[in-house]
Amino acid sequence: MTSNQVLSEVEFNVVGKRPIRPDGVDKVTGRAQYGADTNMTGALQAKVLRSPYPHARIKSIDVSKAEAFPGVKAVITAKDLPFAALSKEELGDGYTALKYASDHMMASDKVLFKGHPIAAIAAVNAHVAESAMALIQVDYEELESVVDVREAMKDGAPLVHEDLRTNDMGQISDKPSNIAAHMSYSTGDIDKGFAEADLVMEREYTTATVHQGYIEPHNSTAFWNTDGQLNIWTSTQGSFAVRAAVANVLRLPVSKIKVTPMEIGGGFGGKITAYLDAITAVLSKKAGVPVRTLMTRSEVFEASGPAPASWMRVKIGVKNNGKMTAVETDIAMDAGAYPGSPAMQAIVCAFACYDVTNGKVDGYDVVVNKPKTAAYRAPGSPQAAFGVESLIDEICGELKLDPIEFRLLNAAKEGTRRIEGLVAKRIGLVECLEAARDHDHYKSKLSGENTGRGVACGYWPNRGFQSSVVMTVHFDGTVSLLMGSVDIGGTRASIAQQTAETLGIAYEDVKPTIVDTDSIGYTFITGGSRTSFATGLAAITAADDVKEQMITRAAKIWDTSEDDIEYVNGTVSHKSDEELKFSFKDLARQLATTGGTISGRSNIDPTGEGNGYAVHLVDLKVDPETGKTDVTRYTAVQDAGKAVHPGYVEGQMQGGAVQGIGWALNEEYFFDPTGKMLNPTFLDYRMPTTLDLPMIDTVIVEVANPGHPYGVRGVGEPAIVPPMAAIGNAIHGATGHRMRSLPMTPGKILEAGWENGNSSGG
Amino acid sequence: MADVTQVKTTINGEEVNLLCEPRQSLLEVLRDVLGMTGTKEGCNDGNCGACTVILDGRIVDSCLVLGVEAEGKNITTIEGMASPEGLHPLQQSFLENASLQCGICTPGFLLASKSLLDQEPDADEGRIRHWLAGNLCRCTGYDKIVRAVLQVSKAK
Amino acid sequence: MLQSLTGGARQIDCDAKNIRQVIERLDELYPGIRDRLVEDGELRENLAVAIDGDIAIMGMLEKVGANSEVHFVPAIGGGS
Repeated sequence: MTSNQVLSEVEFNVVGKRPIRPDGVDKVTGRAQYGADTNMTGALQAKVLRSPYPHARIKSIDVSKAEAFPGVKAVITAKDLPFAALSKEELGDGYTALKYASDHMMASDKVLFKGHPIAAIAAVNAHVAESAMALIQVDYEELESVVDVREAMKDGAPLVHEDLRTNDMGQISDKPSNIAAHMSYSTGDIDKGFAEADLVMEREYTTATVHQGYIEPHNSTAFWNTDGQLNIWTSTQGSFAVRAAVANVLRLPVSKIKVTPMEIGGGFGGKITAYLDAITAVLSKKAGVPVRTLMTRSEVFEASGPAPASWMRVKIGVKNNGKMTAVETDIAMDAGAYPGSPAMQAIVCAFACYDVTNGKVDGYDVVVNKPKTAAYRAPGSPQAAFGVESLIDEICGELKLDPIEFRLLNAAKEGTRRIEGLVAKRIGLVECLEAARDHDHYKSKLSGENTGRGVACGYWPNRGFQSSVVMTVHFDGTVSLLMGSVDIGGTRASIAQQTAETLGIAYEDVKPTIVDTDSIGYTFITGGSRTSFATGLAAITAADDVKEQMITRAAKIWDTSEDDIEYVNGTVSHKSDEELKFSFKDLARQLATTGGTISGRSNIDPTGEGNGYAVHLVDLKVDPETGKTDVTRYTAVQDAGKAVHPGYVEGQMQGGAVQGIGWALNEEYFFDPTGKMLNPTFLDYRMPTTLDLPMIDTVIVEVANPGHPYGVRGVGEPAIVPPMAAIGNAIHGATGHRMRSLPMTPGKILEAGWENGNSSGG
Repeated sequence: MADVTQVKTTINGEEVNLLCEPRQSLLEVLRDVLGMTGTKEGCNDGNCGACTVILDGRIVDSCLVLGVEAEGKNITTIEGMASPEGLHPLQQSFLENASLQCGICTPGFLLASKSLLDQEPDADEGRIRHWLAGNLCRCTGYDKIVRAVLQVSKAK
Repeated sequence: MLQSLTGGARQIDCDAKNIRQVIERLDELYPGIRDRLVEDGELRENLAVAIDGDIAIMGMLEKVGANSEVHFVPAIGGGS
């Protein structure tokens, strides 16, 4: 039994192979240029002064001493942002949105979380900027803060925003509230469904605030030239998203801003929001030279966007045979300081693994005095799955049903209508469950004391959205591939492979480059597991454009009609004259003397992304003395549609699983009662290390996505959805206790044992 | 401006004379003074290993070493790992095994792995997992990194 | 998700050629629903419309067939 299996039905020439990534050598030799590696002549270094309080009114800020400090070249506060000069009347309906966006980058009247930017200093070096920061005098009026999502929902809770009203599915409440939005979906008749059930179980679950944990801190370098052109070099998942955010807050036309995406050291959803770019730009404008701002690790924890803490109630009714009759959930997610938690995604994903006849899901987006949350790999879905998949395991235990058979009985498949109303196309959940059931891991006997095995599944819808690609055929037969999609985990390779496959040429002959926002059409972020699908599809479309032009050129050379010519596997040939034949390279050579080079292009906004499903198996052992959990065996099964580069698909599955293991067992923000984070270092925010883990076995299931010519569907996100419930279910097997609160730390596991009058935990 | 000190050290086999402030870390000196940006900053407090370099045969987090402490020492950074003949076997193995996704932790992992195999050419999985526990990677779940090191280890 | 405005009805049959017309028909039946779906003449940012199971990319201009099924669904962003 190999540890990495690929269950393929269709083989291609280049797609499905494991070539070396085009940017690989630069990345193993230290030559690749990440955001912090910019070093522009005369650049200043900037530091951001941040609020020490989670909730306070800013009464005054005095920067005069800092401005006078030797080596300081510019100091800014929110007064230097355009928002300060715009009146409520001028902005009309857009006032609140712009205030939130501008204040999030730099607070104007109130600070809403510890770490909220107050001022920024550009100086000759970072040490000077830091010394000068101590000279800024801020007079605060501390306010009562609210940290817990359910506390924040109560009447009388301290208000994060005095003017925020609940958007209850389009209806705006009269009273101010921390509940920014309530959303709901339902299908069938849940009262009838629960009445038909033989067993109804209802439980509550909570999850803690966690961070994406990318190793590269946020950074930005900006140069605002005297002609009004603003250049930004930054580490981001979406150069166009940065351009839009900066244009919005600085009230600039996008044509005045060029964003160059540098290599990015991890994102996982956390590098979509532009935290530093606008303030770095304003510092550059004031100083007249380039400015670079780098976050420290503590700033990353305290002032970028972690994933929300959540509370949920889940209720499921089933027949004795395991058939689900009704489901219901309420999920409250903490958005942090400004609205926008993924509560909607959570309720849409919660039961998406199942064929639900009767169901109701409600979500609440709640503001609290914590950093504004951001996307984190399948945002919303992991929290929801922790509840739903844990309760299903509990039901299986009660009814003595095999957890995989239970899921097969209820599984969503082609034609299943999900609760938000969309009907599933060809999806691979059943195939993933079968692969897990038939896997050596599941069939093996679990042995030893205090050991347990858990199963859970997970869903992410995946995304399409806009992508642009331009490719040029050079006279030597190589192809330049220009794209706007940032490469976080090997998409240069996967898109070059799809290009080579379509053109029928060698992978090595495709040279991908990621270009700035002036050099390519609008391209949505690298996120939503869309890039290999959508930008891949754009590359295929652009390659088709190249093929058509190559045929036209051959027709010209042979003085015949295009209809007489075919392009198969990189060879252009005359359909009825065997003598007339060009390899791609031969025809490329002819381009120079027959009208010049050929460029293909594509600007697309595809649908048909194909939903992603994963099933995970875990074996673990719990130490009854210490409560510590050791994962001993882990298998991740996932439908990739078609794995373009199986090595990087396995990497996504393994990486997602391990982030989930950290989320399950260790990771959490500790807050003091006022909302100050107590553990903003990698020492105290404990992410998994090599020592904490076994190898992560993978099974790539390939159920072709009908929305892509090679069957590709997104793979980045589903893998983080199942681990928390799978591990919780396994801990139950090891200890006999149900864990309903993340993370499942040694302390909580021991407490669960003591509460049940069993001090040994088993 | 703070006073600067002259430091004489050896980096990747070349003798280097440099000026740095006493408060500057070796990481800052490499990146900001010498422009050797292959050594990465992930936390600046010795917890992530992205800034790992080899100093007189031992791996250190260069953010925890002062630049002035490099005086008279022998330092290997990622820029010194490949030779004009080609990549180091570990670099090649990382590429073949898809052991990097974003790549920001890769220089640190490569130097830590090199220092292990320099000392223990036949290190097994358990030994590799112990040795690399000071280096954080958030993308890969470590599986493919451990396999890449194991492949080179067994080849020796 | 807008059943408070539709008296609980989840499904409505109507005659329309594109999404704009679908929303007009809905608003005739259930006054006020347009404002929940549309802002400045475009679909609200947090909404997407699906026609026969596919997210429509042309927004209000997307064509609707005689037997098409139209769903208003949340726009889901986010990323890895």
